[in-house]
Amino acid sequence: MKIRSSVFASLCLVIEVFGIVLFLRGFFPVPVKSSLSSKSKVSDLPLEPLEGHAANSSRIPPPLFKRVVIMLVDALREDFVFGPKGKEFMPYTRHLVERGSSHSFVAKARAPTVTMPRIKALTTGSIPGFIDVVMNLNSPALQEDNLIWQAKTAGKKVVFYGDDTWIRLFPKHFMEYDGTTSFFVSDYTEVDNNVTRHLDSTLKRDDWDVLILHYLGLDHIGHLSGPHSSLIGPKLLEMDDILKKIHTALISKVKHGLLKNLLKMCVEHSRSNIPLCSGSSQLKLSGHPFALLVLIASYFKTVRIGFETPEPVEQVDFTPTLALGLGLPISQNNVGHLILPVFEENTLREQLRFLHLNGFQLSHLIKDSTPDFEKDPGYEQFRIAEKSHGSWMKLYLEGNTSEVLSNMGKKVLKQYMDALKSMSESLSKQLGKYDMYSMIVGMSIVLEVLFLLLITMAEALSGAAEVDLPLSSALCSLPFYLLCLFCSSIHVMVCTSTESTCYFCSLSWALVFAVIAFFSSLLCVILSIIGRKLFWAKPQMKNILKAQSSDSGFSELDILLLTGTLGHVLSLGASSFIEEEHQTWYFLLNTLCLAVFQDVCRKYFREKKSHRDLDENSYLPSKDDTPTVDYSSRTSALAGYEKWLALVTPLATLVCCRMLRSLNQTGVQWAHLPDLGHWLNNSEHIVELSLLAAASLVLIFLLVQRRCSLVSKIALGLGLLGVYSYRAAVGNVLFPWQQDGRDISKGTVEARFVYIFVLGILFTGAKDLLRSQVISSDTQLKSRGLWEIYSGVVLLAALLFRPHNLPVLLFCLLIQTIMAQFIWKELQYDAAQTTIMHYWFGQAFLYFQGNSNNIATVDISAGFVGLENYVEIPAIFLTAFCTYAGPLLWACHLVCYLSSERERSTAAIGHGCYCFALLRSIPAAAYIILVTALRYHLFIWSVFSPKLLYEGMHTLVTAAVCVFFTAMDQNHAVRT
Amino acid sequence: MKDIEIKGMISAHTIMAASVLMATVLPLLFVDGFSVYGTHLVWLYSVSGAVAAVNITVYWLLGISPPSKKNTLSYKVSKAFRSCLYFILSCFLFHTVVVLYGAPLLESALETFSFAVLLSTFTTLRCLCILGPNVQAWIRVFSRDGAMSVWDTSLQITTACSMIGAWLGAFPIPLDWDRPWQVWPVSCTLGATFGFLTGLVVAPLWIHWHRKQLTYKSK
Ligand SMILES: [Zn+2]
Ligand SMILES: [Zn+2]
Repeated sequence: MKIRSSVFASLCLVIEVFGIVLFLRGFFPVPVKSSLSSKSKVSDLPLEPLEGHAANSSRIPPPLFKRVVIMLVDALREDFVFGPKGKEFMPYTRHLVERGSSHSFVAKARAPTVTMPRIKALTTGSIPGFIDVVMNLNSPALQEDNLIWQAKTAGKKVVFYGDDTWIRLFPKHFMEYDGTTSFFVSDYTEVDNNVTRHLDSTLKRDDWDVLILHYLGLDHIGHLSGPHSSLIGPKLLEMDDILKKIHTALISKVKHGLLKNLLKMCVEHSRSNIPLCSGSSQLKLSGHPFALLVLIASYFKTVRIGFETPEPVEQVDFTPTLALGLGLPISQNNVGHLILPVFEENTLREQLRFLHLNGFQLSHLIKDSTPDFEKDPGYEQFRIAEKSHGSWMKLYLEGNTSEVLSNMGKKVLKQYMDALKSMSESLSKQLGKYDMYSMIVGMSIVLEVLFLLLITMAEALSGAAEVDLPLSSALCSLPFYLLCLFCSSIHVMVCTSTESTCYFCSLSWALVFAVIAFFSSLLCVILSIIGRKLFWAKPQMKNILKAQSSDSGFSELDILLLTGTLGHVLSLGASSFIEEEHQTWYFLLNTLCLAVFQDVCRKYFREKKSHRDLDENSYLPSKDDTPTVDYSSRTSALAGYEKWLALVTPLATLVCCRMLRSLNQTGVQWAHLPDLGHWLNNSEHIVELSLLAAASLVLIFLLVQRRCSLVSKIALGLGLLGVYSYRAAVGNVLFPWQQDGRDISKGTVEARFVYIFVLGILFTGAKDLLRSQVISSDTQLKSRGLWEIYSGVVLLAALLFRPHNLPVLLFCLLIQTIMAQFIWKELQYDAAQTTIMHYWFGQAFLYFQGNSNNIATVDISAGFVGLENYVEIPAIFLTAFCTYAGPLLWACHLVCYLSSERERSTAAIGHGCYCFALLRSIPAAAYIILVTALRYHLFIWSVFSPKLLYEGMHTLVTAAVCVFFTAMDQNHAVRT
Repeated sequence: MKDIEIKGMISAHTIMAASVLMATVLPLLFVDGFSVYGTHLVWLYSVSGAVAAVNITVYWLLGISPPSKKNTLSYKVSKAFRSCLYFILSCFLFHTVVVLYGAPLLESALETFSFAVLLSTFTTLRCLCILGPNVQAWIRVFSRDGAMSVWDTSLQITTACSMIGAWLGAFPIPLDWDRPWQVWPVSCTLGATFGFLTGLVVAPLWIHWHRKQLTYKSK
């Protein structure tokens, strides 16, 4: 069966996406869950261990805190309190911390630090699964055992003000609540006033037990203008005032003879300079984000001298601490352990009792989740500690009060702590349990696709651009049936042997068999292609090889493109190179520009003029007598100025790239450095930002309009105007004739206005394409149609990009224009070379936009442009489009460019599509193998798995692009 | 003829490699607290100074520089002046290229410039010594099949090796090992130096292996 390269490439990518999804399904673990479906009850609590006697009290010691105020401040960084900023803006908090009447900890938070998973972690004590991130925006009620439910069941009254995610997670749990939506990031005063306005009246009342306040304003400021914004100081002062108010109110209550109160201030997700949710100041040593926690209670009397750095704890440790502090049972799925210093005022007996309760719960969870729990060191330690606790109790109840007793008690305490820590650790490790079966199936499908692409390279890149797949012969062959049988038996063995819980077991048999048949047929196709290559076409292959080696050796550019692609794949093995992947691409892009520059020089100054072209080129001039294509024949035809423009182009590209690079600092190591983006987003520089945005929009219009029809020109102009007015309405930029008193709206009308133009332009383009295909075989019409589709994409990107990112779009268009005009056409790079260059540029632009391999940098706000409320599908589409706008624009441009260069080679689009598929498959396959090998690596959750999600998403985007390619190629095939 | 030239080249290259080593070791006696990482700039300038001095003396003694038509003093002075100018220009050029590669623009500009000086010493200075301040000749040497003597070939090889060394030297920078040699520009200068040394070793070997294929056009 002969199919065209483009169809073949698209098919391969679609299959690959399927394989990656399968792999992801197996890779992201299901969080540890207790087998009991019910929730912990007071009646289920274990007895206090006592040697020799059966019965002892089963009650929990009296609650430590009468009332708890939990104050969550999103994005409050550790250094905002403990750093110099804290001294200036949070004097009261600092005073409390330094006086020693509080406990402060820095809490390590696990990787997905987005709102919903963090709330889940805080209330259930379990470490959120990575999949929870995806569910973040659409949060259903929390079914798991959790602190709020426990509090409510125990008859405590919970009051909540703040982020409405809580209300969705805990419907009907709060006695009183007022939620504010966190979707409109541009507002940072109303969200907090909404919370604070209830505070005075609530604090005066006595009818509540737990008060939860969730402040979002600081986070929104961070989102808008980064952590160096001038707005942060006043916000911190505001937070400090609130804290002071609560604290004084609680102290006065204590004087009135009430029980102890606890004020807990913590960070929902602390943040770094990365302009988005979560991230947080990642300390590289542990690879975990840190969050700050200050426990301030009226009764902590420990006087500490000086001001020490707070000790690190896990964020989940607060759940058991708080639960026991309130006299509630610990929720079942909690993996954290007590923070002992909080209980230092209690008697030794009570402390031991608390530890025992926590240990009991953890050991229960271990029993449920590990088959051979007996061998778990933590579990054993806990058993021993429980025994010694029993004998201690015996001595204690006998009235022994000697030194020996207290020493022994301390020993038991230590035993308990060790056991708890080790159990907690091994439970956290359970998260690393993978569904290897699905992973291997997914991985082998991806690898098969890669092999298929690789072995058909010669055919796919040949002049005919057709691939001959021996599908029918493979399906009718004996090996196919044998393979099917073999795989089925493997499946039966894997899925029936132990009580494994892999994904495939839950599928129906027909579906499983379909997957098996598909897998085997792919394998057979590959085998038969290899067979054909080896036996039938041997002489022919030799001829091809000979022809190839004789007519073109590798030029320096080819070597660079090859080593760059392979080097990038290799670099993925190091976590730092993943975090700093943008550096790799910038570096390669620079070298590419210099190599192109050298090519240009070589073309125009054969023996004539003064340009030292080797300095920039790192490759040795090859000594073999294989000159590349001789350009000199065309040289004379070129006008002089074109030569200079061609010479300037790579240099101008270099300068553009350097400027874009300083626009958005991304990655981890240098993310904190000030960049132009932050400077522009500072509210003091709104005039500059407005000017820059306006200038960029005008230039974008000038660059795009030249190949559009009149109608789309007008539509484009109006659309770009709409983009500006949308940004003005949202409050990002200024309108010159704007009245001062104008309030900030959501800009829905303006954004929808732009959407209409985007759709209009896309429609015109599609119409032109259809006409060129059906009615007249007009190449002109077709390339205009393609360009219109491209300009529609540009308009959409302009709408979704933040205003400070508009220069990225502008430079993208500029580089595309000049490179196409003076370099790619003039130097006659073939389709494969052009495709690789486009791919590299696309990758670099992905990072120029400020993206990184951290989930935190995804600009979720793009998903709300023009929407009144959160609507799932458009929001996801818009966010994905905005994130991958760079690669998409370059891919679109590639289609336009290759189809306009029709006269050179009719197979160009097929070649381009195939190269695109190959370029995506190589890193994806390599990365999947790598992640499988490194699945117990320390940074697997913080570094490698976000990148895996990005790779999957990128493959999906590329598959969509390739299908588009195929459609364009189809048109051509129909026509000729 | 060729064998003699190769032998000459080997000795010249040995002297240059030795000068790099001496420049690393000798300042230990004179400078307090000298170390390659700690006082990196001192090391850098001592190496580039030593390489420059050795280059100029060796090639002047060997008389490899192209024979000049005029032998007047004024011509020599102008030639020397143009050489200096070219050298400085090349320093600035390298500086620009390094900044384009992502070195900070203002911060640590001195380090960046020193790195550019080192690179120029390894590449441009040798060009100046062997080819003279004659851009035409440079273009000829660095275009394909432009080498006309073993010295040209050696120039090609050492220049390319220094460049590749500096290029490869940038790779460890993003790694988070916090080693002293990851500080900008230490790894790049070390890479360039190792590349240069490799080039010095490789050039005679390569010429020796390929002496059959190498047929130089007469000058
Ligand atoms: Zn946030
Ligand atoms: Zn199974």
